[in-house]
Amino acid sequence: MSGHPGMFEPIEGGGAAVALDEIEVSILRSLAVQLLELIGPGGPEPAEDADPLAALFADGPTEPPSDPALARLFPDAYGGPDGEDAGLDPDERKAYAAEFRRFTENDLRTRKREDALAVVHSLDALSPAADGRAVLELTGELPMRWLGALNDLRLTIAARLEITEDDESAQLYRLPDDDPRKPMVMAYLWLGGLQETLIETL
Amino acid sequence: MGQVSVAPIEIERTESAEEARAVPEPDVPWVTLVHNDPVNLMSYVTYVFQAYFGYSKDKARQLMLDVHHKGRAVVSSGTREEMERDVQAMHGYGLWATLSQDRG
Repeated sequence: MSGHPGMFEPIEGGGAAVALDEIEVSILRSLAVQLLELIGPGGPEPAEDADPLAALFADGPTEPPSDPALARLFPDAYGGPDGEDAGLDPDERKAYAAEFRRFTENDLRTRKREDALAVVHSLDALSPAADGRAVLELTGELPMRWLGALNDLRLTIAARLEITEDDESAQLYRLPDDDPRKPMVMAYLWLGGLQETLIETL
Repeated sequence: MGQVSVAPIEIERTESAEEARAVPEPDVPWVTLVHNDPVNLMSYVTYVFQAYFGYSKDKARQLMLDVHHKGRAVVSSGTREEMERDVQAMHGYGLWATLSQDRG
């Protein structure tokens, strides 16, 4: 099967496939690597003589990340976007949010990192034809890992483009060609198409 | 070390752990809220509600539409511990979720 460019299609017996050219592979890989760098190792590096078991059970951060993209990937669990208080008084809300973050953020970072790494590894495993084209086939746990990474990438790009309202993304579709945001917007829309068609194969 | 059955010890430990934790929170139910955002695809949000909560396609789609049109929707309710688990799972999927005490 050749596959349509930019669209995942179901594979017989389970899984999804998409045809990618050289440039698409390199853009996807570069975005996934940037996502890895953004997510980071999750907390400060342990000292060399640190007990590896202790590191495994290390507490996560208690404050939300200051970077807007990271703040969206790792949101507060208590208190909503419009100043909702979760039914708690401010101190209580803050304490609950901090506690939740301390016990969950490291795991969440690990999962997002593994998703992005899976993207990099599956792209590196491609064997392109002479013209640079390759068909990426995702089976087993890979479709879910890709789904997660594509979503994280779109959330991250949207934060960089400051897309905060539904109609703002509509406006971005009509940017003039010389707008500096144009390449990022094109990538955002392309990733959306990949994600949408990947969901349809599940 | 004649008998190697570990089961009774395990059960005993569970019981005593629960007794030790018997400092009940006020019996107020909690809810998991999912908030609207311009990024997550409608099909993706519907998929997540089906896959994680096991909701029917119709129910998942209705909840997704509630999130989209009303800005947020209650997707599950239960104890604080259960709702923290749901919120954590939603964050895993990249959905913007919070938990809140349900005061009606």
